[in-house]
Amino acid sequence: MNTSFLGKKCKKRIFVSHAAIRLVSIILITMSGLLPLVAAVLPEDRADALYHSYDGGGIDVSGPSILLRKMLGKYNSVMAKYYVDSISSASIDVITTASPYSERRTEKTIGLTSVKDATTMNLSYTTSTENDYDAKTAHVSFSHDMFGDLTTVTLGYSRGWDDVGSSINPALSKDADRQSYRLGLSQILTRNSIVGLDIETVTDEGFLNNPYRSVRYLDPTSALGYSYEPELYPRTRTSNAIAIRSLYYLPYRASINGEYRFYTDSWEINAHTFGLSYTHPLKNNWILDLRYRYYTQSHADFYNDLFPFQQAQNFLARDKELSSFNDQTIGFGISFEFTPQSWQSIDKGSLNLKYDHIRFNYDDFRNLTVVSTPGEEPTYSFSADTVQLFLSIWY
Amino acid sequence: MKCRFLLVIVLGLQLTACSTDPWVKPYERSHFADPIMSFSRDPVSESYTSHIYQAREGARGAESSEGGGCGCN
Repeated sequence: MNTSFLGKKCKKRIFVSHAAIRLVSIILITMSGLLPLVAAVLPEDRADALYHSYDGGGIDVSGPSILLRKMLGKYNSVMAKYYVDSISSASIDVITTASPYSERRTEKTIGLTSVKDATTMNLSYTTSTENDYDAKTAHVSFSHDMFGDLTTVTLGYSRGWDDVGSSINPALSKDADRQSYRLGLSQILTRNSIVGLDIETVTDEGFLNNPYRSVRYLDPTSALGYSYEPELYPRTRTSNAIAIRSLYYLPYRASINGEYRFYTDSWEINAHTFGLSYTHPLKNNWILDLRYRYYTQSHADFYNDLFPFQQAQNFLARDKELSSFNDQTIGFGISFEFTPQSWQSIDKGSLNLKYDHIRFNYDDFRNLTVVSTPGEEPTYSFSADTVQLFLSIWY
Repeated sequence: MKCRFLLVIVLGLQLTACSTDPWVKPYERSHFADPIMSFSRDPVSESYTSHIYQAREGARGAESSEGGGCGCN
């Protein structure tokens, strides 16, 4: 492994961290002079109970998610979230290089939101547990309303600690640390339109591989013409993403939302995301949502579907999430809002159904379930369906 | 040097903010109180949707909602 490369990366990252902390400190200190002007608002008290289902590419994932939020006095609000993924996988990677499996991921989050004049502070802590992967994430962010409440600036920082294991190799125990810096800006432009700008830098360091994934290389001694060896990723990754979103209120009480995100990282993945959605309230408290999303990315510089020989380069990947591909989503949502007269403590509720159909098309990840000359198999593609059914209560 | 320059800009913004006359008056903002004008109307659903894409795409960050966990397979 090229250790001098890693050394430079680490030094650069430490420098960036100090500069970022100094920058955040300066902005927060100077922003404090604006505090007496206006007042931020706490999020509403609400409870959400969601059932989710994903079915596509040989993978089924389903489970519940519960979110509770409650104000404590005038200035604080606490939240708790519980989320479960029950996974049953026979994906293309699994059936070509391993055996189908089932597992369960449980995620728990607690959070605190505090307001002081025009500033909102968010703190949260999340744990995610699987039989072979544990992750802990701490998050802090500050939002400040300014310029007569037309502008909101948000600064956020997250720190994550992952423990990576393997169910087929109990001795494997590796760490990965993650940091995220986020700057957000939302701006009311007119009485009918608002735009949002988000910039986020994420740095990872540690064991970033998936321990179950393999790459294939040409091997004339094998009956198939190729063999497998384990993936090997760099130990650092730094990414930058910038997104712009806009919401426009149409003259007949409906809204249209457009967004674009550009992404680039140190693994040479460049990605573009476009999204468009339309929300249309119907009669009798029904709301209809329609949405379309397009995503495209280039492959990581160490990705290859078929390497020319074993250990062909320092870093090796054949993970389809690092390949060149695009996906398109088309979906709808329908919500029914109600006001229960008999329950005084409940202000309102809504029952919601969301459905999305996603089509993934890979440019340089080949379908190895079709036997052919190595490197001439058809490229892989699959479709997935997601369903969300949830009840929301405001109290 | 860059930090000093930024400090001057932020202090300047602070001074001008004190005297800003908002071009959209508070009484003209009723549309923003309508839930259909929220970037994230249903946080639990937005978080799930972000997680779906984070687990299957190479890009991450700057989402309208923050997802979480791995669930990578």
